Amino acid sequence: MWYTKHMVLTDIIGPVMVGPSSSHTAGAARIGKVAYKLLGEAVVCAEIFLHGSFASTARGHGTDRALVAGLLGMRVDDPRIPDSFAIAKERGLSFSFHTIDLGAEHHPNSVKLCLRGENGKELSVIASSVGGARIHVTELDHLAVSFSGDLPTLVIHHIDQPGKIAEVATLLERKNINVASMRLYRASRGGNAVMVFECDQEISKEDISWLAEQEATVRVIYLSQARK
Amino acid sequence: MYDSLLAIVKRTKETNTPFWEVVCDEDCNEQGITREASFRSLSVMYRAMKEADSSYQSSWKSASGMVGTEGEKMRVYRAHHQPLTGSFMSLVSERALKSASSNACMKRIVAAPTAGSCGVLPAVLISLQERDALTDEQMVQALFVAGGIGGVIAHRASLSGAQGGCQAEVGAASAMAAGAAVYLAGGDDMRIVQACAIALKSLLGLACDPVAGLVEVPCVKRNVIGAVNALSAADLALAGIDSVIPADEVIDAMGRIGAKLPEEIRETGIGGLAGTPTGVSIRNRLKGGVTS
Repeated sequence: MWYTKHMVLTDIIGPVMVGPSSSHTAGAARIGKVAYKLLGEAVVCAEIFLHGSFASTARGHGTDRALVAGLLGMRVDDPRIPDSFAIAKERGLSFSFHTIDLGAEHHPNSVKLCLRGENGKELSVIASSVGGARIHVTELDHLAVSFSGDLPTLVIHHIDQPGKIAEVATLLERKNINVASMRLYRASRGGNAVMVFECDQEISKEDISWLAEQEATVRVIYLSQARK
Repeated sequence: MYDSLLAIVKRTKETNTPFWEVVCDEDCNEQGITREASFRSLSVMYRAMKEADSSYQSSWKSASGMVGTEGEKMRVYRAHHQPLTGSFMSLVSERALKSASSNACMKRIVAAPTAGSCGVLPAVLISLQERDALTDEQMVQALFVAGGIGGVIAHRASLSGAQGGCQAEVGAASAMAAGAAVYLAGGDDMRIVQACAIALKSLLGLACDPVAGLVEVPCVKRNVIGAVNALSAADLALAGIDSVIPADEVIDAMGRIGAKLPEEIRETGIGGLAGTPTGVSIRNRLKGGVTS
């Protein structure tokens, strides 16, 4: 089964959103925004690959405009979502849309985003809109992950070797940060691996830099929930 | 959230608290928030519903051009004629059309429970508030009642057209609005639950068959039946009429029917109205979903 988050009252009476579809519009805007935050800087170039139902009904549901709006940092209730293409042009974000078949293991409402930021950072993200305006990130830089984007999320690409989990866990304990969920994936023994921590508190910039400097760490990606 | 309406009613009796407050307390427990925060979160929703209602413009058109002007047509008709359903009920219809078509035109709405059914609750609630001079506080309490009902439906059945057909969206919205309306009219907990059962029963089996897969046809007009049905069901319940089948069992039946609905009429844009010759030709005309 595809991941679905436990529903709360404001999922039933809410969210406030720009129509027409919670999955195809609001979910798409959220995917765009989470991808932008994962990149960590303003997006200047986005190649957007639509899969399944996203590919077949994108225009009618405004999925395309919602994705671009999210990449610009807009929230699901931002009334400028319909005008996101023009705003992207003003802000120097170039984008292109394509269709893709990601395979049957992906939710029908899925999209792959290949992003480049203003300082040259690059990131590829695959995410799905799983119902309501809830989303699920399934791949980062070609490595399988699994998180909702609802919590501060720490993603560490590293080389599979002993002590990497303890390194992060010790830091989080020292900073009094509670872990809501933790998952580890590896491509092969001693090969590429990725850890995903969903936390209840924010992790500071300094701690993220420290983690990035550690031996056998390839890349650290952090999704903050703090409002700018 | 509660897994049965019976459990909510039981809790109201045990704690001697009103229906809405039982739902509010559960939200506080689940999210670890205060009553004030929980109440504020639904106040925001009600305010957004009213904003969406008052900002509707007749010049809006949906992506396909199929919908947008219905709310204005209804307003003009009401201004110059004696509507067959009377002044109040026709205003409810007008509001349902406005909110649902605002959604189709990419405007800001409250998905309650879904974007496709977003016209039902505001049409019923705002119209009752206006007519009976109810306070915003009462309206937010009514939203808790609706949310409690919606939570039970989500738990026992579904609130998704793709899973359960339109009965899970407009049907659920109607059941939620019926309960909220009874609460505002001063009905007790059992009347709330009866109204919910009667409203949902009346829309069981409803297909989700949007033309070209868009949240436009028949979604916008279906919001009208959801709202009108909610008020009729509320009146029946307030008259002392009971549903022979208890509300929780009606919800279970909705879930089972939804699971049995063929995929063609579960938000795929293939069967039902979407599969009619006109529906198919509209889909073909709109083909080329990807923009460049």
